[in-house]
Amino acid sequence: MLKKLPVARAESVFGDFKGEYTPEQALVEANRCLYCSDAPCIKACPTQIEIPEFIRKIATGNLRGSARTIFDANILGMSCARVCPVEVLCVGDCVYNHMGVPPIQIGKLQRFATDRAFERGDRFFAAGADTGKSIGLVGGGPASLAAAHELRRLGHRCTIYEKREVLGGLNTTGVAPYKMKADRSVEEVEWILAIGGIELRTGVEVGKDVTFEALEKQHDALFIGLGLGPDTSLDVPGKDLAGVYGAVDFIERFKLGQFALDGTTTALVIGGGNTAIDVVREAKGLGVPVSTMVYRGQPDKMPGYRHEWAAAKVEGATAIFQALPVAFEGNGRVERVKLVRLDETKKPLAGTEFVVEAQLVLLAIGQSKLGQLLAGLAGVTLERDRIVVDEHGFTGRKGLYAGGDCANGGKEVVNAAAEGKASARAIDRFLSGEAHG
Amino acid sequence: MVDLSANCAGIRSPNPFWLASAPPANSGAQVQRAFDHGWGGAVWKTLGTPIQNVSSRFGAVSYAGKNAIGFNNIELITDRPLEVNFKEIYDTKKKYPKHAVIVSLMVETKEEWKDIIKRSIDAGADGLELNFGCPHGMCERGMGSAVGQEPSVNERITSWAVEYSTVPVLVKLTPNVADIVPHGLAAKRGGAHGVSLINTIKSIIGVDIDRFVPNPRVGSQSTNGGYCGAAVRPIALHMTAALARTPGFGIPISGIGGVTNWRDAVEFMLLGSSSVQVCTEVMLRGYRIVEDMIEGLEDYMRTHGFQRLDDFVGKAVPGFSEWGELDLNYETIAKIDAKTCIGCQLCVVACHDGAHQCVHPPKNGTSRVPTIDESECVGCNLCQIVCPVPGCITMEAVDNGFTPATWNQHLTEGAKLRPKKGAH
Ligand SMILES: Cc1cc2nc3c(=O)[nH]c(=O)nc-3n(C[C@H](O)[C@H](O)[C@H](O)COP(=O)(O)OP(=O)(O)OC[C@H]3O[C@@H](n4cnc5c(N)ncnc54)[C@H](O)[C@@H]3O)c2cc1C
Ligand SMILES: Cc1cc2nc3c(=O)[nH]c(=O)nc-3n(C[C@H](O)[C@H](O)[C@H](O)COP(=O)(O)O)c2cc1C
Ligand code: SF4
Repeated sequence: MLKKLPVARAESVFGDFKGEYTPEQALVEANRCLYCSDAPCIKACPTQIEIPEFIRKIATGNLRGSARTIFDANILGMSCARVCPVEVLCVGDCVYNHMGVPPIQIGKLQRFATDRAFERGDRFFAAGADTGKSIGLVGGGPASLAAAHELRRLGHRCTIYEKREVLGGLNTTGVAPYKMKADRSVEEVEWILAIGGIELRTGVEVGKDVTFEALEKQHDALFIGLGLGPDTSLDVPGKDLAGVYGAVDFIERFKLGQFALDGTTTALVIGGGNTAIDVVREAKGLGVPVSTMVYRGQPDKMPGYRHEWAAAKVEGATAIFQALPVAFEGNGRVERVKLVRLDETKKPLAGTEFVVEAQLVLLAIGQSKLGQLLAGLAGVTLERDRIVVDEHGFTGRKGLYAGGDCANGGKEVVNAAAEGKASARAIDRFLSGEAHG
Repeated sequence: MVDLSANCAGIRSPNPFWLASAPPANSGAQVQRAFDHGWGGAVWKTLGTPIQNVSSRFGAVSYAGKNAIGFNNIELITDRPLEVNFKEIYDTKKKYPKHAVIVSLMVETKEEWKDIIKRSIDAGADGLELNFGCPHGMCERGMGSAVGQEPSVNERITSWAVEYSTVPVLVKLTPNVADIVPHGLAAKRGGAHGVSLINTIKSIIGVDIDRFVPNPRVGSQSTNGGYCGAAVRPIALHMTAALARTPGFGIPISGIGGVTNWRDAVEFMLLGSSSVQVCTEVMLRGYRIVEDMIEGLEDYMRTHGFQRLDDFVGKAVPGFSEWGELDLNYETIAKIDAKTCIGCQLCVVACHDGAHQCVHPPKNGTSRVPTIDESECVGCNLCQIVCPVPGCITMEAVDNGFTPATWNQHLTEGAKLRPKKGAH
């Protein structure tokens, strides 16, 4: 059984940013869909959900069928509906964009259909006839969950090894609470596991508590869905002061429990990617009066999504561009951050140091990659600690497959879901003697 | 300035827009409010021996989120006392002398017709409309469509009404017949000054799939009702045009059936209606729709240089002929405007599955604009119909070098036809 989350979690203060459709709203939006042929939105979805089809089913009142269409392609369709950056995926490719007409709100419709299925407790998929094979899955995030579910549909037994006590990976511990809260992700995990035949081994850190080689011996194939490692640190004086956190670490703390922010009047977030944009908005939402992002480049060069930064600004987040921290200062706890201005080429400009008061510093400059854990395994190729795989998730080592952030270098939940599923199919072909080593 | 004033069979009104005989013209207060909104005339809810109605009474067809593209009802004629109706007609005419009040009637015997016609005219009716159309309830009592479906009965009762009436008489025809023409001619022989059409079409609007009974449901039972609203307009247009082009018919037509806006009204008028009547759209949206109908019609007339309604009533009738008179050598092919195409490829799937497999997805990987194999396109319009972007797909006439030739000319004179396309 999955460990329950604590009821009191700091993330509860957040509302629901995009909101949910009433049945009436869903119907109006569903009827707007043109039902394109060879629709571009499908191609823009990494899991290739038959989007026009599920929307038409909402319009006809076939809600169960609508959800089935979604889950058949993507078993994490419920969380994806909430967390996908649809603006750059399906919705971004809706043909209405070329017509100057607002695109179909695919994410909200998907949420409508999948939420109804969860409410009713619909079950769409049964495990396949037992093949007698067993697959070990390392990591219990979206990639492994999607892989395990697909493997069960194909009749293979699964064991998930997860170092944490909760499953769902960053979907549970990382995504912004105004998109989805941790308990909803845990509910999804339980819903997925209800297919049966997926054994859970939580609190097991593979590579430390058990070796990969040992797992390879125990199972007929392995799927690696480790995700990314800890936040990258910044090597400046004061980096070990209290009050300096890695952003992903900080997010996990307040999502899974409480986080005391009394006396914190300013939070400084270092970075300009999506984690930085999330966390600067989250600190603000948790009640920190001033929450400022420090990014070394120009505003239009930020790697984070434009639509997310626009929303963060609306929530009151601010930013300092073309600056870099050179020291965190304080007495045991961080009190100030010394910054230097950068030129267009991101080179420090001499004599431009300035100081900003801050009681909380959140480093969002990236996460390490965990590929080194597999370094000793012959046949596995690493590229800057990312596990290199082919389009089927095959690593090059017999029976070893990988997907999700550890292989793609860090993308979205929906990519992890797509890659996990593709690997599951490849593993099935491998076990039935059809494909690779 | 354009002149919207209408004269349909001698019944004059400030504009050609009349309420049809139905719930929106059920009472004096309603008709007066409608006139205040701008309606030019009203055909009073049919008078006769007041009846008892059922509940419920209405049903609708919805399509793709539009909740009443077709409508039906199982309501009968007026359920209000005749004296009350006549008093309200009188008051209405007093207050609105320039507007047309037409009284719709349905009774059985000659004596009853004589009596009710006199009372209507005494109340101030500008015209009468004989309801030979109702396809439910009344026909089972030998009235309504039971009369309209039998040309000799139609002619006989019409002649009684014409005999007793001092005001113009319109005969309201039922569409529940194989061919409307003999029925229109029967009304004419009976002396009618004009006809109005269509009344509603016999229908079952839908079925309650959980209770296993058709709609609208009256307890555990239902019955066939009368179909109307936007969806019936094509049938009404055809019947209007069929009469308008019949040599020897030649009496005015008041067009009814699925009029929802000024465009629909113009279509009826181009096919020969000198006034149009509206029921369902008013029931659904209210009297206020007439404002747009008036403005839209004025604007249409201005842009086409028409001064009065007669300048265009019937103008499309000569364009309505038999299949055998169509030019088989006229050829069009579809063209897609790449600049406005949004890449939905609805034309691709429609042509592939429903036409001639000649709209193809682009071969080049980046564009989503389909291409048309012109050597295979039969010019059927399907792609243009499914395209969501107005004007993106056009049907263009091509010069194929053949002189025009109809099927009839081919049969009688051996006129040369172009080779068939897409027939392999
Ligand atoms: C702050 C933040 C916000 C995000 N927001 C979004 C968003 O809004 N929308 C979106 O689509 N994506 C978002 N993402 C990205 C998304 O969360 C990831 O792409 C996705 O979760 C990757 O899934 P995964 O299964 O590959 O890895 P993870 O979700 O990281 O799961 C990996 C799992 O493996 C476990 N694990 C690691 N090492 C071991 C080991 N040695 N032994 C056993 N278990 C191990 C981990 O505990 C974890 O549970 C966000 C990411 C971050 C960091
Ligand atoms: C509820 C309802 C009641 C009607 N009652 C009458 C009636 O009493 N007499 C009549 O001649 N036609 C009656 N009709 C028919 C309308 O006058 C009209 O001919 C028909 O509805 C088509 O026009 P529309 O498409 O604008 O509704 C009724 C229609 C409806 C919907
Ligand atoms: S007009 Fe008909 S045949 Fe021609 S391209 Fe369009 S759909 Fe095909």
